[in-house]
Amino acid sequence: MNQKIEEKPELGKEILKELNHEPAEGEHHKKSLWSSISIPLLAILTGLLVGAVLIAVTSTTVYAAFGESIGKGLLTALREIGTAYKALFTGALGDPVRIINALKLGDAKEIRSALNPALESLVQSTPYIFTGLAVAVGFRSGLFNIGVEGQLFMGAAAATYVGYAVTGLPAYIHMPLALLAGAAGGALWGFIPGLLKAKTGGHEVINTIMMNWIAFRLTEWLLSGPMTRPGSGGMPISPLIQKTAEIPQFFQSPIRFHLGFFIALATAWLIWWLLFKTTWGLNLRTVGTNPRAAKYAGLSTTKSILVAMSISGALAGLAGANQILAVNRSMALGLSSGYGYDSIALALIGNNHPVGIVLSSLLFGTLRNGATRMMVVSSIPIDIVDVIQAIILMFVAAPAIIRAIYHIKKPKKEDETVFLSGWGGK
Amino acid sequence: MTPILELRGITKSFPGVLANDHINLSLNQGEILALLGENGAGKSTLMNILYGLYQPDEGEILINGEKVVINSPTDAIKHGIGMVHQHFMLIPVFTVTENVMLGDEAVKQAGFLDRPRAAKRILDISNKYNLAVDPDSYVRDLPVGVQQRVEIIKLLYRDAEILIFDEPTAVLTPQEADELFLIMRTLVQQGKSIIFITHKLREVLAIADRIMVIRRGTVVGETLPENSDKNTLASMMVGREVNLVVDKRACHPGEVICEVQNMVVADKFQNIVVDDVSFEIRAGEILGLAGVQGNGQTELVEALTGLQHMVSGKVTLMGEDASKFSPRQITELGSAHVPEDRQADGLVLPFTVAENLVLCSYYKQPYAKGIVLQYNHILQNAEKLIKDFDIRTPSAMTSVGSLSGGNQQKVIIARELSRPIQFLVASQPTRGLDVGSIEYIHKRIVEKRDEGCAILLVSPELDEIMELSDRIAVMYRGQLIATVENKGISKEYIGLLMAGVVPETPIEPAADHVIEATF
Repeated sequence: MNQKIEEKPELGKEILKELNHEPAEGEHHKKSLWSSISIPLLAILTGLLVGAVLIAVTSTTVYAAFGESIGKGLLTALREIGTAYKALFTGALGDPVRIINALKLGDAKEIRSALNPALESLVQSTPYIFTGLAVAVGFRSGLFNIGVEGQLFMGAAAATYVGYAVTGLPAYIHMPLALLAGAAGGALWGFIPGLLKAKTGGHEVINTIMMNWIAFRLTEWLLSGPMTRPGSGGMPISPLIQKTAEIPQFFQSPIRFHLGFFIALATAWLIWWLLFKTTWGLNLRTVGTNPRAAKYAGLSTTKSILVAMSISGALAGLAGANQILAVNRSMALGLSSGYGYDSIALALIGNNHPVGIVLSSLLFGTLRNGATRMMVVSSIPIDIVDVIQAIILMFVAAPAIIRAIYHIKKPKKEDETVFLSGWGGK
Repeated sequence: MTPILELRGITKSFPGVLANDHINLSLNQGEILALLGENGAGKSTLMNILYGLYQPDEGEILINGEKVVINSPTDAIKHGIGMVHQHFMLIPVFTVTENVMLGDEAVKQAGFLDRPRAAKRILDISNKYNLAVDPDSYVRDLPVGVQQRVEIIKLLYRDAEILIFDEPTAVLTPQEADELFLIMRTLVQQGKSIIFITHKLREVLAIADRIMVIRRGTVVGETLPENSDKNTLASMMVGREVNLVVDKRACHPGEVICEVQNMVVADKFQNIVVDDVSFEIRAGEILGLAGVQGNGQTELVEALTGLQHMVSGKVTLMGEDASKFSPRQITELGSAHVPEDRQADGLVLPFTVAENLVLCSYYKQPYAKGIVLQYNHILQNAEKLIKDFDIRTPSAMTSVGSLSGGNQQKVIIARELSRPIQFLVASQPTRGLDVGSIEYIHKRIVEKRDEGCAILLVSPELDEIMELSDRIAVMYRGQLIATVENKGISKEYIGLLMAGVVPETPIEPAADHVIEATF
């Protein structure tokens, strides 16, 4: 008999339930590899199909062609879609022909620039890794941190300040210091709603959203006042950071691929280790999975909330700091294109597991990078690109939709075998 | 005579489990058929099929010799099948009449409710079947036993001919259970037929006309009460010889380990739920805390283990004032707690068996060095306890949520008893478990007592209390109304205390009275 307790599906809880325990020796991992990859793949495919329809029905060229004849209209529609998606692909991963030719020529510079789209995708993925981890640490600890965006801004502001105001330090101290400042800024912004929750029970969802608005306006004021760039004429933009604070880019402009990507990977590993290999992690996960059992086991929920929100905020802050120090080199308001919000979906797709988050970040970054190119090359308006991107992400983020469309059964977990009776009943 | 209900070859499988394997069952009119089996034996699945909640993979259902298909509880009711659930499906703020007519409302013209007509029908039913109840009282004001009567009336109001009782005595005092048996008798005398699901042997022998035993999804035997006794039934149920009485040596109490003085605890609505309670427990002694569920035992245990604050009072554990201690401080004093609700409090279901086995000690050597968990030690510990406590799990890395209830409970017992402890609070340690598991856990608890541990056993199961305790304290509406030595007292005496009645003198047990196990 099915003895599993029947729980009402609740957003965070349900997801936590699915993957809150570490796969033992990687064997579960292999088993579910296909099922964990097939859903995102189908999601992308479905998203592209829906997007294709959208491209066709919103193109005035296509309508004009249909005016002449149906056949011509269909052809034009296909051509439009083809151009757009070719741009999406080459924009995200590079033009295969060009890459092969460059490899044949053996010209290092040409190889680099042929590979640039792929490298740029990694650049685009980097902030997602940080913010995805931030959301995941919250989820694992039973907290829904919607304030990642605001924490990112605060982290960016702190890193920017240390980046331009501190002088005379060698790079190997200045850059880590600026990163740490970013983490601290984000951590503070996460700690405050954490404290409110722990001490007063104020719900973190509400408080983190409100903290976002405070962060946006606070940074705006900082950038147009105390931290403004001299001579910017009141534009909300900070001075450029010192050379010593920069996270190095590996190649010459326009290739922006930088060390921050590897810092993000290292951070993902660190979070994995923290969550699954330390007492702190077990602590957080216990409180996140079953607060009553945590209390019974003598864990402090208060401490756990504070630690979780601080770590989560620090990760978000690192995302902001990384963007400033490695890519933007100064802070302006257009710093984030909604990383904090996208990362909620992203963390869910990645099952709140650092490995899954790195993978889904790569997916998000790649899509976003390709979409930019698609917008430039084809005549598709930017709004449609946004919509297509949203549709793809929606399908990726909601595997239930994909399972329903393609009639895929929910993967049965091996350990769901239920044992019939107690131990006397041989 | 055609049986009123017949099940032929009912088979139902769930992924990995054959819950019902070609089960045949027939119920004659005017008979009480007891369906006996351990938890997970397949009783509930069978009844859910009959009640239309599941569809069988194979087999057919015949009512009065005619084949029927039951797709939903509504269908079941139409065919005259009604179920009294273990947990009542009543709306507390509605009156008895409103609850009974809900879903089948008597209406006047223009759709207005016709309460008087419904109330009259309820009174007719209650007179006919001896189910005393006031149609106009609110359900929330009624005692549990009467609420159960309302559930029964609900079925009779819908002309149910076949009544299924699913573990109906779990929430009742012994007296209420006896009243229920009288009601069941009246019902069958008036021509109704009853299927009575239980795992308590005493009840089966007391009330059933015929007994069917199910084990692992198949019918393993059918017998009559006059031809069987508890031991034969238990053996049939479990599939091997069962020792129903725990061997218990005389108690040699030592020093006072736990002392509670004037404990007062309030619930979250500031109602006093534990009212000036004092007691002490000595080393090597089991104090049984008896009482119908919801009389403050839960809160008392929570306050004692640091999970809830006391309003006032003092708790002394192992000689230290632990009144303001946190759960962890109390654990570290050398006390253990088997919580009442194992899934909600005692375990983190998605976590592995190994992790759950160190839930209270993961932060200490050798399971952690600094903040780094030592998984090799955690696994070694798990392997050892799985062996020592005979936990049936595929591996130490299996999630606890996928184990059976009995094995989940064993994980908790293993974790709590394997530590060096002086004081154990065991709250309903065998709730919902099968005979074999109960036997095992009782043995372990008594062993711990013999090692010199002070034990507080909390249980609404009177049999369990009577069997294990050295002294018995009875809780009623937040107060300890009596504490007695468990010598020469009868079950009826404790039963009366549980109902809040303090008899003048302890009722002497009958000469051949034997303290019975919790079955």
